[in-house]
Amino acid sequence: MSSTYDRGTVESFGRWQEFSAGMWAWILHKFTGWILIGYLFTHIAVLSTATQSPEMYTDTLQGLEALLVVRFLEIGLLAVAVFHILNGIRLLMVDLGVGLESQHKSFYASLILTAIIALASIPTFLGGMF
Amino acid sequence: MSTQVKEQTEVDEEEQVSPGERRREKKRQLQREREQEILDAVDEAEQTVELKIFRFDPEVADKQEPRFDSFTVPFHRGMTVLDALIFARDKYDSSLTFRHSCRQAVCGSDALFINGRQRLACKTQMGELDWPVRVEPLPHQDVVKDLVVDMEHFYDQMHAVEPYFDPDELPDGELEAQTQSPENREKIKLSTRCIWCGACMSSCNIAAGDNKYLGPAAINKAYRFAMDEREGSDKKADRLRIIEQEHGVWRCQTQFSCTEVCPKDIPLTEHIQELKREAVKSNLKFW
Repeated sequence: MSSTYDRGTVESFGRWQEFSAGMWAWILHKFTGWILIGYLFTHIAVLSTATQSPEMYTDTLQGLEALLVVRFLEIGLLAVAVFHILNGIRLLMVDLGVGLESQHKSFYASLILTAIIALASIPTFLGGMF
Repeated sequence: MSTQVKEQTEVDEEEQVSPGERRREKKRQLQREREQEILDAVDEAEQTVELKIFRFDPEVADKQEPRFDSFTVPFHRGMTVLDALIFARDKYDSSLTFRHSCRQAVCGSDALFINGRQRLACKTQMGELDWPVRVEPLPHQDVVKDLVVDMEHFYDQMHAVEPYFDPDELPDGELEAQTQSPENREKIKLSTRCIWCGACMSSCNIAAGDNKYLGPAAINKAYRFAMDEREGSDKKADRLRIIEQEHGVWRCQTQFSCTEVCPKDIPLTEHIQELKREAVKSNLKFW
């Protein structure tokens, strides 16, 4: 056979508009997972430097909470964690072979639930800022 | 004598136009007729559809760099993508190359990437697609020419799971059927539908990045035999050993791409997941 042509990753992110529910669920699950890992290390780093004295701990936290961007990031973190949990439950069902024919519905359901919970948390997280 | 002379003059007249010239003129005439035929067909049709087809041929100078060619094809109700491709090949460009055979979604030859999705050309209605219709060879496989891809790797993976029935014992009588319970038949029914078209393998993101991954089709094939009750337990253990290796079922990350594109509606992800559970069960020991 003469030379063939390798089209490379035709089905890469360039085709995101054609991704199916299962593919989006996979991408978002990875994405949120990495964010949670990143957050975990930041969390440990910040808190471990703040635990030298009770006053320092209070100062650090109050300083962080005074920043509007931190409040918004907290809402984002909640959304990320909630989605990861809900989709994790979905994946558990998939692993157990329960309801595989409605896996796309459970993905949309976890997105909607995430949105509702994140929106409902806004008054709590942004309380006292404005 | 007189007849001979007459023949001679005829030859003289014909020699004025050389045979090659006559042949070329006839060919041009045919070509004009054919072009007119296409124009008429396109004119007569109430609707025409534009096809954008991937072209590549390492042996033709201006096709070495892949490109898309457009073809205008008369549309009729019930027309499949394969019908349109056949029209384009027969009427416009006889060098347009694609695999097809049975035209009824059984042979599995014409899995193509149509409007960004793996589909069987013969099973896809033109009317159900967005126009213009974009036809490409299956992604993640090397293109040999136009819409033809190299399926060798796919077949290697299929053969790797030993896709043949291998029972411990045969029925006593030579002509006796080897029966299976209706429940067991029902269980493996969908997995037997595979037509080896390669659409699932091409849609799988994991298979694209991991050449050793068995892929959905091969695992489904393994499922078909591992779940067959007529095979012995040793054979089943053998099959599970192939399935549960590093590049077997555990590569599947349940993106459901294969299940979405399978033209025979085989619940591939479900079968892979069931084999994962089988693999765990056969390895877990609580004593």
